[in-house]
Amino acid sequence: MAIAGRVTRRQLVMESLRRYWFKFSRSKLSVVGLAISLSTIVIAVFAEYLAPYPEHAGFYISFEDALQPPSWEHPFGTDEYGRDVFSRVLFGFRFSLKLAGVVLSIVIPVGVLLGLVAGYYRGRILDMAIMRVADIFIAVPPLVLALAITSLLGPSLVNAMIAVTLMWWPWYTRLTYNVVSSVRNEPFVIAAELAGAKPLRVMFREILPVIVGPILTKATLDVGWVILIGAALSFVGLGAQPPTPDLGTMVAEGIKYMPEYWWISIFPALAIAYIILGFNLLGDGVRDMFTE
Amino acid sequence: MAGEKKEALLEIRDLKVNYKVYKGTLKVLNGVELRVGKGERIGLVGESGSGKTTTLKSILRILPYNASIEDGRILYKGIDLLRADERVLNEVRRREIAMIFQDPMAALNPVFKVRDQLYDIIKESARGKLAKEEIEEIAYRLLKEVRLPDVERVMDSYPFQLSGGMRQRVVIAMALASARELLLADEPTTNLDVTIQDQILRLLADLTMKRNLSVILVSHALGMVRKMTDRTYVMYAGDIVEEGDSGEIFENPLHPYTQLLVETAPKLTGNWNPRGVPGRIPDYLNPPPGCRFHTRCPFAEQICREKKPPMIAVEGGKRVRCWLYYKR
Amino acid sequence: MRMAQYILRRVVFAVFTLFGLSVIIFVMARVLPGDPARMAAGPRAPEWVVEQIREQLNLDKPLHVQYFLWLRDVFNGDLGYSIFTKRSVTQDVIEYLPASLELIAVAAVFQILGAFALGVLAGMYAYRWVDNAIRLFAYIGISIPAFGWAVIFQLVFAWKLDLFPVQGMLSVEAPERITGFVTIDSLITGRFDAFTDFLKHAVLPAMALAIGPMAQEARLIRSGMIDNRYKDYILLMESHGVPKRKLMFKYLLKPSAIPAVTVMGMDIASLLGNAFLVEIVFNWPGFSRYAISVMLNKDLNAIVAVVMVIGVIFIIANIIVDIIAAYLDPRIRYVERGE
Repeated sequence: MAIAGRVTRRQLVMESLRRYWFKFSRSKLSVVGLAISLSTIVIAVFAEYLAPYPEHAGFYISFEDALQPPSWEHPFGTDEYGRDVFSRVLFGFRFSLKLAGVVLSIVIPVGVLLGLVAGYYRGRILDMAIMRVADIFIAVPPLVLALAITSLLGPSLVNAMIAVTLMWWPWYTRLTYNVVSSVRNEPFVIAAELAGAKPLRVMFREILPVIVGPILTKATLDVGWVILIGAALSFVGLGAQPPTPDLGTMVAEGIKYMPEYWWISIFPALAIAYIILGFNLLGDGVRDMFTE
Repeated sequence: MAGEKKEALLEIRDLKVNYKVYKGTLKVLNGVELRVGKGERIGLVGESGSGKTTTLKSILRILPYNASIEDGRILYKGIDLLRADERVLNEVRRREIAMIFQDPMAALNPVFKVRDQLYDIIKESARGKLAKEEIEEIAYRLLKEVRLPDVERVMDSYPFQLSGGMRQRVVIAMALASARELLLADEPTTNLDVTIQDQILRLLADLTMKRNLSVILVSHALGMVRKMTDRTYVMYAGDIVEEGDSGEIFENPLHPYTQLLVETAPKLTGNWNPRGVPGRIPDYLNPPPGCRFHTRCPFAEQICREKKPPMIAVEGGKRVRCWLYYKR
Repeated sequence: MRMAQYILRRVVFAVFTLFGLSVIIFVMARVLPGDPARMAAGPRAPEWVVEQIREQLNLDKPLHVQYFLWLRDVFNGDLGYSIFTKRSVTQDVIEYLPASLELIAVAAVFQILGAFALGVLAGMYAYRWVDNAIRLFAYIGISIPAFGWAVIFQLVFAWKLDLFPVQGMLSVEAPERITGFVTIDSLITGRFDAFTDFLKHAVLPAMALAIGPMAQEARLIRSGMIDNRYKDYILLMESHGVPKRKLMFKYLLKPSAIPAVTVMGMDIASLLGNAFLVEIVFNWPGFSRYAISVMLNKDLNAIVAVVMVIGVIFIIANIIVDIIAAYLDPRIRYVERGE
């Protein structure tokens, strides 16, 4: 009996996984997105093994190789210091992903927790306090606030991360809050409360599962958006500083050499697009997974 | 054909409609046959999910995007509506056939006033161009006809400002604007308060009688269907299983399904028994072979599981799709 | 009546939010590392000069006193002194803001027209090749950041094809400054050459700004149209023989576009943020370029002012969007939204 029970549970899990995969893969574009996102992660992790000239990632000068157009030797050409743009772009993936990873791993738990609490204690002081503060951070376009905070902290990659983290949590709080308020008075929540479940238990056991879908969808899409904001910060010179091979910085550096040496800017810009496209498509697939 | 008393206004022949869903193809309509004579009132009954709404929507070709008409014809005054071009079809939609939807909450556009929608419908229903005053006059008359109080206020209301009953009256008024021949009423009272269900049905009976409209009434209220209609079709899982005079059908049901249907309906009120017929409508993804009812039928035999029974004419002008009545 | 109440409530909330924003940004500007007085004086200035500046800027007083002094000045229209431009920040804002707003206005027009055209087209021909092409375009559109588009457009349409000027806002003599808005001033003074010249310069940066949000809104309109296409209220009108054009453009488009319109408003307000980057690429003499400069130079008063100005514009835009949405969607207008 026990064994049979376990088998069926496992089958149930397999079945639901298959269902999720079916819904996800119904759109070919989602699968493409998954492939792009996975390749992004692989590149970010193994940049030094994939890059033909890993030493070009940092401070490296070789003026005789400077400003060469794309060729077999340098698929994306070389920049003004003779560094291989292709290698630097690969390393750029790492910095972009690191930014997104750090920011989201802080922002999501914090934002969701605050949203849960505010939504659960709807209409009380705690709700007011959390949501009004969240409103303040949402009152300005994200990029503007991130720029301002980074500039006050001083330009650097770490400070960019701090700034983006500071202004990103309210979006998760808002999203969680909206979902929680919509299920707050549903029978299954009330029933749990009447059965004597403690608030924390109700929040985590009853309400949290409902918001997993929207949160996961947003998180996937946000990998792209955080990377974009990060690139924008470096682009104006407030994020990662040269010679860090950050994609945004590279685009900005290359603009000086337009239009003759277009490859210095264009390839990093396309790399940003590649990453964002991947996570966008993936995010749409994740959304499909959680809708009927 | 036998028993063809009235000239056919609408004739559905062998209508097969599928829905594509992510699991596969739902084979919903399994060759529906239905005939409406001129001025005749037809009842169409059966459980939820038996394909009644799909049948009605096929007539006006307003099926959802994942529906596909696999086979069959819908002949209206000799024209096959399924194959008619957009222009001809729209002529019919404008002036001849109209439908009353099941859920009045969903049937009116939430962001337009009643006036906007009603005026546009009236505009279409006219043969020539109407002056603004004429449209207005018709609109007022229609809303009065469906016994809406305070017509002026209703006109300038958005749907969400009206009660369910009022909305359904508006929908009926719209239908009256277009229906000069045939009115399709798809469970017009299911989503309404019990207290006004009766009023709405009476109103419908009244108005269609006055205008001498042919009617197809889909309803769960068997008592009302019996009172309001001349002939009734019983539908089960995409098949017409029994057809005959409404009195006969409910007095002396032949098909096992009809029998269960009539049995489980409370006699006096005419309301639907909440428990209904035991068992469930079969899965349309893999409908049972043979007679689709055999999975629930107390009399099912081997042949029922293998071959779909034909429509068999029996005494009293009735026809029934069941092997029990084969060669007697 | 209800509407007025609704707007009033929004305004009260907005004031509250702006107040909160000012506290946060002001405190950050004062608390975070770096000595503004030292920066203003320059690294080689003697200590007593720094001290003097500190007093002058009220930096020697407690934080809350500083804040209220600042707030008092703001209400008098004084945003403080900029150590970067060496003059009043208010003056800077007046000088640089109009050019940015004009750029955003052009971008907004592109964005709205494009979003509706593409969204409706895709919605009408859902799942056909037109729709797929637009979907592809939408994905590319949102994947490339605004400054990426700026670089690409500049390379292709200005450098290579020479269809538009590479950078700047005007290549003819500027019209007499009356309102500060080049478009308005050029029309008032009859300088049509300046007007068309301005537009020519604005096309590429405005497109770069508009293309991402345009793509996203087009997708919203498309999915709205597809979701609603087979709703009963559309089928009802269709069953009455309402012609396709009216069905699509009147009865389907309006309910389908409402969510997109809300997003559109927010996106247009957000352009002010993205313009930061695009203005740099195109060397557009606007507010955003000014903002970046003061940020790179850690000009505290100016940074606070920039955030507040953008916050005010953003919140006003927000309220306008809500009003438009309420106008389009009667459900918002009539139904009390219980908080």
